[in-house]
Amino acid sequence: MSDVSRDTMLLTTPFHSRVEAMCDLNDWGNWMGYTTPNAYFDVELEYFAVRSTTGVFDLSPMNKYRVTGPDAQRYMDRLITRDVSKIGVDRVGYAIWCDDNGQVMDDGTIFRLGEQDYRICSYQRADDWLAWNTLGFDVTIENESESVAGLAVQGPTSCTVLTLLGCTDLNQLKPFGIAHYSFEGRPLMVSRTGFTGDLGYEVWVPPESAEALWDQLFELGRDYLIKPIGSYALELARIEAGFLQANVDFMPAEEVVRVGRTRSPFELGLGWLVDFKKPLFNGRSALLKEQEKGSRYRFAMLDVEGNKPAEHSFILKGDKQVGTVTSAAWCPTAKANIAYAQIEMPHGAVGDELVAEIYYQRELHWTRLLAPCRVIDTPIFKSPKRWQTPAPPH
Amino acid sequence: MNQYDAIVIGAGHNGLTNGAYLAKAGLKVAVLERNPYIGGATVSRELHKGWWYSNCSYVSSLLRPEITRDLELPRHGLQVVSFGGGATFMRNGDCFGNYSDHDRHYREMARHSKRDANAYDRYAADTSLQTKLIRPYLMRTPPDPTSMKPRDLRDLLEFARSFMDLGEEKLLDTIKFWTASVGDYLNEYFETDVIKAHMAGSGIIGTALGVYSPGTAYVLLHHYMGDVDGNVGAWGFARGGMGAIANALSKAFQSYGGEIICDANVDEIIVKNGQAAGVALKDGTEYKAPIVVSNLDPKRTFLDITNPSDLPKDVLKKARNFKIRGSSGKLNIALDGLPVFHGLDPRNRLMAGDLHFSDSLERQERAYDDWKAGTWSKDPYLDMMIPSLTDPTMAPPGKHMMSVFVQYAPPKVEGREWTDEDKDGFEKSVIDQISNYSPNFRDLILHCETRTPREIEAEVGLTEGNIFMGELTFDQLLFNRPFPGYAQYRSPIKGMYMCSSGTHPGGGVMAAPGANAAREILADLKKPNTVPGGYADD
Repeated sequence: MSDVSRDTMLLTTPFHSRVEAMCDLNDWGNWMGYTTPNAYFDVELEYFAVRSTTGVFDLSPMNKYRVTGPDAQRYMDRLITRDVSKIGVDRVGYAIWCDDNGQVMDDGTIFRLGEQDYRICSYQRADDWLAWNTLGFDVTIENESESVAGLAVQGPTSCTVLTLLGCTDLNQLKPFGIAHYSFEGRPLMVSRTGFTGDLGYEVWVPPESAEALWDQLFELGRDYLIKPIGSYALELARIEAGFLQANVDFMPAEEVVRVGRTRSPFELGLGWLVDFKKPLFNGRSALLKEQEKGSRYRFAMLDVEGNKPAEHSFILKGDKQVGTVTSAAWCPTAKANIAYAQIEMPHGAVGDELVAEIYYQRELHWTRLLAPCRVIDTPIFKSPKRWQTPAPPH
Repeated sequence: MNQYDAIVIGAGHNGLTNGAYLAKAGLKVAVLERNPYIGGATVSRELHKGWWYSNCSYVSSLLRPEITRDLELPRHGLQVVSFGGGATFMRNGDCFGNYSDHDRHYREMARHSKRDANAYDRYAADTSLQTKLIRPYLMRTPPDPTSMKPRDLRDLLEFARSFMDLGEEKLLDTIKFWTASVGDYLNEYFETDVIKAHMAGSGIIGTALGVYSPGTAYVLLHHYMGDVDGNVGAWGFARGGMGAIANALSKAFQSYGGEIICDANVDEIIVKNGQAAGVALKDGTEYKAPIVVSNLDPKRTFLDITNPSDLPKDVLKKARNFKIRGSSGKLNIALDGLPVFHGLDPRNRLMAGDLHFSDSLERQERAYDDWKAGTWSKDPYLDMMIPSLTDPTMAPPGKHMMSVFVQYAPPKVEGREWTDEDKDGFEKSVIDQISNYSPNFRDLILHCETRTPREIEAEVGLTEGNIFMGELTFDQLLFNRPFPGYAQYRSPIKGMYMCSSGTHPGGGVMAAPGANAAREILADLKKPNTVPGGYADD
């Protein structure tokens, strides 16, 4: 008899029984308090499923908040930095939200489900912040995290597989579009969104549908070489595709203890998400001031010479340290050595030639490498399939 | 018109790579191709509606990442996708699986022998040491041991030092390794037939030698020294078939202004006053250029398309004696579904890897005996893959494309040319071999392309159908490739160069010969180098 309470253990997602059955490596991680697979069978092959066939990622632990009420759109405009009116019904928008100092708290996707009906899908928990922001707005915020299960179904054959599942005419759905279907008598929502930079969808269902959805997807997807993927493979895909990750590429502003460790949208290369012409939003005046006075840092995507990932590297200009790397990987499809870095102004403009100070270990021997690198203007992996409508069959 | 700075003969991957680097340096370059399509042995063709075949080369690991990145081949449409693992089916109904996970692999080996499973770590370390010695030289011109030029002396010294640094014991091991047979090498580590046989395959693929022939340990290394994204030894498929490599290279080449001319069958390299001046096609067309680069194998280069009166006798003699022996054939098969094999669950991921049927060195050596006797192997060694388990573009959904590399097939059957009946017999021996282990295989066959050395030579122009354009034995490697005194991509004729797999570092869709040759040509022209250096090995 164990006297340890199960209360102390991690939660499992609605897909867990299926995930566990396929997780050959038993390599588990903790994501938002849920037991999630780091890898199922081979990180490299899982990654290539996303790039060549279809990879399925359980994203149920994402935080989901429903915003409804007569002031829902006005509320959203207060919250996020981009113009909410430009996100039509059944469309999704990538967005960031800032604190009053114009420092990024989180990024996420905004699903517009009705005229005054939004869902925020965020990496961080946001209950407190969302509640404070309701002051003066007639809205209701509901935490839907546990009542919506989700799978990212990503890769060149993903549209074909989901069409077989009953998502009729899915190939007509444009990027960032939403389509509604039913699955075994319950609603199933598909958005053409994802974190991989390729053709891909996210499928949202009530938790009761989760196991059947997984089973049917893998049954129907067999001939299209569907594979489950864990968080390590997704990490590789997102770096290659140019997506930032909270807690990795920036610190959520409210969690930061030390002065100066937060970042503004401009400092993360996300200035394009800030719209000063729209109604008042959190952080507006601070960001206006920053725009006028200049930022402290610049987000830089670096093409690093050689094949050693510049993980945790210092970035040098001459002898001077001007930045640090937040994410880095050898990108298997683009065949390039990519790093994201925070660079002190005025360095780090596109085309700037810098040096990454890389340390790597082989057989307990550490080597220091000074690898020249160059600031590039766009992500290294650009799949035309991501933007094609109708979506290609493979 | 028809006037270029450089002409490259043969639009295989090395010709296109060479052309790309010359064009990148600002030269006006034409690549001439005999066939109506480009690619040479790096080609994909739809020979059965809905099924794409990588007709010749079928996997990619050796393609130098430096070149892929530098020529931006992914942007030009190349996508290399890894596959993992493999298996050897056994006559007793069992199967030996080659798992990529170290501990799963240990468990599989331990099922046959705990000692072998443990010895594998020693084997892997020793073999890795050898790959580390050779890998730094892939993207470099081999030094000439007879030259007194500073560059040659420096490179030779560095080469010698990397060997001397090994220490006495490992140096002796290394010398032994470079001359040993793969069978003897494996016998030093393993006791289990099937484990040895599974690993020995890499030592004989593409070479007219048996597992007990000296020199085959190096051939094993040649197949291990590639990498997919830094996983040394890993292999991948080019999405859409191997032709995707040639297509991406051709786009890179054209992006620098290069021109590809198909249906251009070169008759002779034009030489004036000891200097290359262009080429004449069989149809009489002439293209003029002061630089002519041959991507044909050394035999064809010097014995077919160069006028013997333009060449010194020693080169003619060396070309005559160059070892380039046909040893293999290929079946490309369109399948109506997935075949089921004894001993392996069809859902096992190993099905997507390289599959074999020879479960002992003895069987592999006997297969070679048939070749020596002048006939195809009756119990052939097969390197079989089902790329459609990894790449959905190769066959319709639920259907499959199978690539079967077959060894051995002699260049001539009992001293005479291959006949269609011989080809049928060869095909039958392969299909029988697979059917012995897969009850439903035969019924799934929708179409089969069978290529003996005769077809490979006729279509691709590889002498005797030798996939490496010359044996990869020590007498034909490094500064001996293709011949001593001519290993730096230059021919005896001024302005005429070689860039094929018959030059260093050899075959395997590496593109390194093409790039290395371009670097030498640009140096002779006193143009800035456009060819990237190799990544430092760690």
